[in-house]
Amino acid sequence: MPLDWLLGLLGGLMIGAAAAVFLIGMGQVMGASGLIAGLIAPAPSARRAERAAFVAGLVLVPALLVQLGPGPAFAPVVGWPVLILAGLLVGFGSRLANGCTSGHGVCGVSRLAPRGIAATLTYVASGVAGVLLARWAGWA
Amino acid sequence: MMAMRIVIALLTGALFGAGLVVSGMTDPGKVRGFLDLFGAWDPTLAFVMAGAVGVMAVGWRVAARLDRAATGDPMPGPAAARLDARLLGGAALFGLGWGLAGYCPGPAAASLLTGGAGVALFVAAMLAGMRAARWLG
Repeated sequence: MPLDWLLGLLGGLMIGAAAAVFLIGMGQVMGASGLIAGLIAPAPSARRAERAAFVAGLVLVPALLVQLGPGPAFAPVVGWPVLILAGLLVGFGSRLANGCTSGHGVCGVSRLAPRGIAATLTYVASGVAGVLLARWAGWA
Repeated sequence: MMAMRIVIALLTGALFGAGLVVSGMTDPGKVRGFLDLFGAWDPTLAFVMAGAVGVMAVGWRVAARLDRAATGDPMPGPAAARLDARLLGGAALFGLGWGLAGYCPGPAAASLLTGGAGVALFVAAMLAGMRAARWLG
């Protein structure tokens, strides 16, 4: 088995462990889009503080891993106009669907939630279309 | 319990971020490689999902046996079954952006300080998109 696949599995176990501790620890589904969007939505200060703590860990620890050496850093593979369009779609779409790869994908699929499974099948299909679109248009 | 919730959120955010780095999911080329069914397909993301879903399936089983979370907060209710246009349309738009750039919200946040100006631009646009979705109520 290629090393990348093994590292993918290992990292996946870590992501699943984070989601499980989030659920058992505080009774909530760990969804990145909801937690990030919650930072810019009106909310009680206690809720805002825990979302900020989650996002702080999510932003700072990967940067630390890259700084300390073991983690590689990656730059975008498409240009700025495409990044802006893609960012708008990811932000808008994930809020409309009330979840993204972590909330619907990891947390929803693992409890066989119909909405999680339907969302995951849909965004993987349109993700395939997105890659094809970018290639057809010469963006990537 | 508020302090405990903040500590759990910080630690799980850190573990989530570390898992994204270890799994290679901060590499947008690798994510797009999984979605590139008609090109040089890269199955790594499937291994990531298998690991994460496997552990989280155990997490749900443990949660089902508990009355409350460690903080005393209630556990989530049963999963809703209703599929609607909002869910499917939102997921379709989300996936399109995901395939175009190779970033979803978690990996984009995890790359924010190391991915250069392009990632910052993506995150800014993502926040604007999230803000715009609030207009729909």
